[in-house]
Amino acid sequence: MRDFYGVVLDSPLMLGTAQYPSPAILEAAFRASGASVATVSLRRESGQGQAFWDIIRGLGVHVLPNTAGCHSAREAITTARMAREVFETNWIKLEVIGHADTLQPDPFGLLDAAETLAAEGFEVFPYMTEDQVLAQRLVDAGCKVLMPWGAPIGSGLGLNNRYGLKTLRAAFPDIPMVIDAGLGLPSHAAAAMELGFDAVLLNTAVAQAGDPVAMARAFGMAASAGALACTADPMEPRDMAAPSTPLIGKAWL
Amino acid sequence: MGRCIISTGSGAMADVTIIGAGVAGLWAAWALNKAGMRVRLIDRNGAPGPHGCSWWAGGMLAPFCEGAVAEAPVVAHGASAAAAWAEVTDVTYRGSLVVALERDKGELARFARRTSGHEWVRDGLAALEPDLNIPQQALFFPSEAHLDPRAALGDLVAALRAHGVQIETGHATPDDVSGPVIDARGMASTVPGLRGVRGEMVVLRAPDIALGRPVRLLHPRHPLYIVPRAKGVYMLGATQIESADRRGISARATLELLSAAYALDPRFAEAEVLETGTDLRPAFADNVPRVVRQGRVLHLNGLFRHGYLMAPALAQQAADFLTKGIKGDLFHED
Repeated sequence: MRDFYGVVLDSPLMLGTAQYPSPAILEAAFRASGASVATVSLRRESGQGQAFWDIIRGLGVHVLPNTAGCHSAREAITTARMAREVFETNWIKLEVIGHADTLQPDPFGLLDAAETLAAEGFEVFPYMTEDQVLAQRLVDAGCKVLMPWGAPIGSGLGLNNRYGLKTLRAAFPDIPMVIDAGLGLPSHAAAAMELGFDAVLLNTAVAQAGDPVAMARAFGMAASAGALACTADPMEPRDMAAPSTPLIGKAWL
Repeated sequence: MGRCIISTGSGAMADVTIIGAGVAGLWAAWALNKAGMRVRLIDRNGAPGPHGCSWWAGGMLAPFCEGAVAEAPVVAHGASAAAAWAEVTDVTYRGSLVVALERDKGELARFARRTSGHEWVRDGLAALEPDLNIPQQALFFPSEAHLDPRAALGDLVAALRAHGVQIETGHATPDDVSGPVIDARGMASTVPGLRGVRGEMVVLRAPDIALGRPVRLLHPRHPLYIVPRAKGVYMLGATQIESADRRGISARATLELLSAAYALDPRFAEAEVLETGTDLRPAFADNVPRVVRQGRVLHLNGLFRHGYLMAPALAQQAADFLTKGIKGDLFHED
């Protein structure tokens, strides 16, 4: 099993902590899902968020601070440094937004920020597109984990470019990878894990569900099911039907 | 200590001392007085004003809309809030509207699935709110109501005064007074498990726009509600941020609230900005208000974004406990 900067996770599910109806439901969702990592935005809950951060710490899972909402490398670097102080971890989910409407990552700003932060000892989880060239540059910059998107943040579209993701997975067999953003259904999470990704990260699909706790549990099960399926060497699709029961020797009626 | 402790003289005859004269404390005084108890009401800042979070509320009495995310007790108790307020102040019974831009109409269908007490309005929207520039469709919650929170607080203070209850200005904690105490100090309270949730709001004057009822705009990033007040004044609210930061409204929140209002009706661009406000909503982990008993102290707290919706019911449960020993569904022992 691939590890994340030396940490082997109990569950391939990572959950965001925004937009839940209440902290009580957030907590119940984490318990029901068995998620092993909580992402938290330093920027949005800026300053004086102690009570909420205490709730996040109380979940007893790994905390992955993010730089959500940052639109430039400089902004993301500043936020990352603050997050390291507040949460006492070198982990940082690096998010540099390139477009206000699609919220797609800015690959150039991302690479800049990743280089700086890796040199400062951060353990960077870069939120990126599925671009292979970018992936190589990020690895060269010192990233030992990659976080390609499934689809735009909050869109719930699932795996938008299955081919691209499959190619990326094949190109970097030793790099742990998390599918981050755009997952809307547990089946999307299962599909990502079946493709050989090491974890999935999502927020909106759980937090905004009518029953976030039930949905969190469903995502936990789906991610685990997909991971198990991946280790079981799935069959290849084929064009011709192949009966699973041999017909020879059966009575013809 | 240089702290000014309230005198014990005037309240010596009280059955209960209430500390905090925000919406929770005022309602506690009202409910207990009605139940025949002699109450003493103390607030370090005196009468309600900008120092308390009740001052910054929207004043929507919209239990069904809140039910889209709030827990069941909020919907159940909130349903009787308008009738309770109508005893002391003007309540406008015109229902509330929930709308979405064309791009986000899926949000409207989802909101409809998660709430009750509504009807779909399509062709009738123009008759209901002729000024609303959202042509498509809306959800109408006919039984909901709204009030002007600052006027309502003033009316409640006046009603209490008419019943012989005055607000004393003075600094007091439950330790400073003897006998039963209701601690309704909001964020100043030390009740365990309380956190502050930051909210930011804007007040505009837009006399060209005539909305008769609260309108909620569902938006994946910038949800907004607009509550009409008298004389063309509108309250725009409100952000909900997990932070106890009390500093003034951020540029981002201002942009988001005003942009959403502008999307709803471009004439809001010409409005006069009368006021912006920020304060903290005291909340427990489940965002449901509680009566918490700690010895002789009853805490009334955690009203979150439901101060006006839940204060009457919360106060009633405190009164029922103090007079009859009844423990309601909002009652907790610490």
